[in-house]
Amino acid sequence: MKRDPIAPDGAAGPGLPGAEGQRDLRVQSLNARQLLRGGDLEGANQPAQLKGADLDRFVAERVLTTTLDKTVAWARSNSFFPLAFGLACCAMEQFHAAGPRMDIARFGFEAFRASPRQADLIILAGRVSIKMAPIIRRLYDQMLEPKWAISMGACCSSMGVFNNYALVPADKFLPVDVHVPGCPPRPEALMHGILKLRKMVQDDPDRGWRERYDAIGTEEAPSGA
Amino acid sequence: MPDATGLELLAAELGDATLETVYFRERATLLVDPAQIRMVLAALRAKGYGFLASVHGVDHYPEEPRLGVVYELLDMSRVDRITVKLRVPVDAPRVESVAEDWPTADHQEREVYDMFGVLFDGHRDLRRILMPEDYEGHPQRRDFPLGGEPVIFTRTEARWLEKRE
Repeated sequence: MKRDPIAPDGAAGPGLPGAEGQRDLRVQSLNARQLLRGGDLEGANQPAQLKGADLDRFVAERVLTTTLDKTVAWARSNSFFPLAFGLACCAMEQFHAAGPRMDIARFGFEAFRASPRQADLIILAGRVSIKMAPIIRRLYDQMLEPKWAISMGACCSSMGVFNNYALVPADKFLPVDVHVPGCPPRPEALMHGILKLRKMVQDDPDRGWRERYDAIGTEEAPSGA
Repeated sequence: MPDATGLELLAAELGDATLETVYFRERATLLVDPAQIRMVLAALRAKGYGFLASVHGVDHYPEEPRLGVVYELLDMSRVDRITVKLRVPVDAPRVESVAEDWPTADHQEREVYDMFGVLFDGHRDLRRILMPEDYEGHPQRRDFPLGGEPVIFTRTEARWLEKRE
């Protein structure tokens, strides 16, 4: 019998159990899944007819359980939107990370946004002068949360060869998640840094910068408002 | 480039504005009175040095007078260069501005003021140009601390270390 995926006569679809109250919930969810797939399960493999180990195997092969947090973190960490700006020579390497040879589009990070309001990752590619620091902080503050920051190169991590009166390290004014060392780092080093950040977001999604810096409750719009 | 004799003739023409002439490795240099720098540059312009290639500052610490301003002039038709220098003491670093005659000196005098603290009298907008406006001190002076910051990473921040222990 070919089943129609959309029930023509009422709420209970053709794949959902009707009067048979003895079926357990797993079968119900399976039938809902079968419904989504257009009811292509026919004959002997029909889940309603499976029992015991066969049923368990059927479920294990087809159902993946997860939490919403993990799913959201997975989605976020595979689609960073970096802010499109460079400060100095590291920016050249940053461009090459987006170029065809390194191609960070493979991981979903290629959408460099021109506005901080559309970005969730700021890559400080170069040296930050004292005069520039408030402007960068302002860009960072304009980004929507959750947001992350990568300090790329020696200058904005430890001030490198420019350790003098003019510069300020990024940690002084920004919560930096990942430092990428190098002078400048090669594009693959930046890529490695972004992948480290991806792993960080996936493994520990709750550890945002507010938690690390005791800044819970300092949001401009409190959560829940 | 005026040769050594030419430089002496030029210095004689400028009169008491010239304090010293130096001819070293085919480069002619005039050390002049800071109060008359504008007159000197105008006279040199009349001689054909029509392009002010650079204005920059020097700190001669610990010599006195400490601060120096250097004007590099270029005669573009004869491809001829001359350097004009002046020295001012650090406690009264006042020089007449030449930005009125040479518009290119406007930003360069601001930079010399920013980095060395030389005050250019008559400059219409003597503000800092490179450093933030609220910056204290003049960072290219040789008695200015080298600066820099101790390296701090997120993991070495004191607050974060306490929490880990």
